[in-house]
Amino acid sequence: MEQMVTVYLFGKEHKVPESLTIMEAMEYSGYKLVRGCGCRNGFCGACATLYRIKGEKELKAALACSAKVEDGMYVATLPFFPLVKEQYDIEKLKPEQQVMMQLYPEIYGCVGCNACTKACPQSLNVMQYIAYAQRGDFEKCAEESFDCVMCGICSTRCPAQISHPQVAMLARRLYGKYVAPHCDHLDDMVDAVKTGKIEELIQSVMNKPLEEIKELYNTREIEK
Amino acid sequence: MYQDKEMLASIKKVEAKRAENIKLDPRRMTAEEKEKLLATYHPDFKEDKFTKLTIGPNKGEKVPTELSFLLQGKSRIADMDLDLESPKYDIDVLIIGGGGAGCSCAIEADNGGAKTMIVTKLRIGDANTMMAEGGIQAADKPNDSPAQHFLDAYGGGHFAAQKDLLYKLVMEAPEAIQWLSELGVEFDKAPDGTMITTHGGGTSRKRMHAAKDYSGAEIMRTLRDEVLSRGIPVLDFTAAIELIKDDKGQCAGAVLMNMESGEIYIARAKCVVIATGGAGRLHYQGFPTSNHYGATADGLVLAYRAGAKLLYPDTIQYHPTGVAFPAQIYGALVTEKVRSVGAMLVNKDGEVFMNPLETRDVSAASIIRECSDRGKGVKTPTGYAVWLDTPMIEEKFGRGTIEKRIPGMLRMFLRFGIDMREEPILVYPTQHYQNGGIKISADGMSELENLYVAGEAVGGIHGRNRLMGNSLLDIIVFGRNAGRSVAEKCKSVKLGKLNFDHVAAFEKERADAGITDNTLSPKLLPDYTRVEKPAIDPDLR
Repeated sequence: MEQMVTVYLFGKEHKVPESLTIMEAMEYSGYKLVRGCGCRNGFCGACATLYRIKGEKELKAALACSAKVEDGMYVATLPFFPLVKEQYDIEKLKPEQQVMMQLYPEIYGCVGCNACTKACPQSLNVMQYIAYAQRGDFEKCAEESFDCVMCGICSTRCPAQISHPQVAMLARRLYGKYVAPHCDHLDDMVDAVKTGKIEELIQSVMNKPLEEIKELYNTREIEK
Repeated sequence: MYQDKEMLASIKKVEAKRAENIKLDPRRMTAEEKEKLLATYHPDFKEDKFTKLTIGPNKGEKVPTELSFLLQGKSRIADMDLDLESPKYDIDVLIIGGGGAGCSCAIEADNGGAKTMIVTKLRIGDANTMMAEGGIQAADKPNDSPAQHFLDAYGGGHFAAQKDLLYKLVMEAPEAIQWLSELGVEFDKAPDGTMITTHGGGTSRKRMHAAKDYSGAEIMRTLRDEVLSRGIPVLDFTAAIELIKDDKGQCAGAVLMNMESGEIYIARAKCVVIATGGAGRLHYQGFPTSNHYGATADGLVLAYRAGAKLLYPDTIQYHPTGVAFPAQIYGALVTEKVRSVGAMLVNKDGEVFMNPLETRDVSAASIIRECSDRGKGVKTPTGYAVWLDTPMIEEKFGRGTIEKRIPGMLRMFLRFGIDMREEPILVYPTQHYQNGGIKISADGMSELENLYVAGEAVGGIHGRNRLMGNSLLDIIVFGRNAGRSVAEKCKSVKLGKLNFDHVAAFEKERADAGITDNTLSPKLLPDYTRVEKPAIDPDLR
């Protein structure tokens, strides 16, 4: 018999096998999930969850799909959180510090409490990437925030009302579009296709009789 | 840390052979060897797991049994009396599905000036795109060409791809990467801007572009940001449960259902795009899946009932490396990139039993053979598995390589106490991709007038097996393609009087064929709720 633990889902007591994730514990306890369940694998951020262990004061955060249940766990899921997402035309923005001041000025109200970092289920240094955004250092902000799943837990804890995942999203787009080194060989191939330079070669492959295509495929050279 | 004694003993063998294994470059299988391996071990060849359809456009063809119940299932609106006279939404383009294909389509439809709306039964971005880890293919380097890309994909798909679709896929690939870059997607690049590219199973050139191992997530969140920045309306938690046609027999909208309240809305649209993704959550043959919670083949069901033909619905991709242990992430994807960057597949005795970069179907069949007839699998709580020798990566390319190249994988296993830099990981095939789907022409339209399809719901782009990195590519290329097509098409569409005649006709076909199973379809969500009464303490309160 598997070891059981006691969990409190929205305050209600349930006994569940200790090997389950929080999400599986909910389904084990009779919940049919609509909200608060996505990729079930730690990539989509749909299952932000807050919990506290009975007898302890600290409020902790996790993704329900990726955290195992613990005995005495009081669980509240956070299937939606109203982050501020500004609308912009990325074509018209410039990768300058100014952008953040205009679109997300609240980041300059950061009080340095670091509650965002402590809450992040991806163990990101959230406060640090906000600091990079403040300075307009989009490359560092993009790097530091790269693993963000935009669950929004950081923002629930923020006394300065910052929507951290949206700030990072903008920084990554600015970095990817304007700051990252430009790829020339990509432009060359796009041009080659558009000007018809590939046409003859691909038609000659496509239009061969099946047996010849098979032969070509089976004997093709594979780059080391 | 592994605790099981057999696993630990097997790890010792893997470690003992590692230095020797690193030097190996196992030969690729011949065409004959592959054919025999697939026929013997690939799940697609298990005839008793398929059922012949008795009604609808693909009558007489076989599909996975689980899918047959849904394709021939009972309409959710069969017993409803719905008013089609005053639709709540009246738009040019209705996109069903908020993943990578749906969002790409929405952006292009919006560019084309069409009044567009996305509906999705979960949230925008909750899709398999978000979970695609390894990368996206495009022939954009001097030693490569779209023609070479065509050859790899056509051969890898067993020469069954619809040529005009595959042509479009490979020829528009470089432009797709350019488009994504301009939207702000960060690809892995060298300081001079050269794309860092690797092999995927079955590629003859290194053309896999990546954003670490969050490639799909990086693409998805950028597309989502663009859709929301443009203010394109998105209805979250709203499922399409039936298509609507008009008296000219054209597709003319859809019946929508609020997933939380059950409320029904009618949407009239000049063009409808199905971008609903795959079917992993149907768990064919009892396989676990790497797919998203919403991957239940809804689009195939809607289109089939409305008269659109499917192509290759009997071919499913089982990703060779799903997580086999620990049980909490059973079936989750271990990206092919782990092999691209140097890890090899080894059996319980530490022996390398195949080239790690065969195509996915061949790799999956080879692992199943190792774990069945050959008896070389490692026992796990859920069955048998083989090792993916990840520490090899760091021995080959230096410490820190794993954290830099596959941080998502590292994090996923570390959560459960396994450090893949030090210990190998256990893998077994997992249901990953629906190779087949709704048949389309090169403009993206199905056989039903004004019904378009994009993404994994399409059949025929990849033939009977898909190469790694061609799915992220296809959602972009065919998503945009559909978006441009519908923006143009909706200018000339004149809708007639809306009706549900096709639903009534399908119900009659079911009755005439003697189908008594009343499975409601589309399925919308899998049911993982435990059936037994939960063990609630009776003394509570």
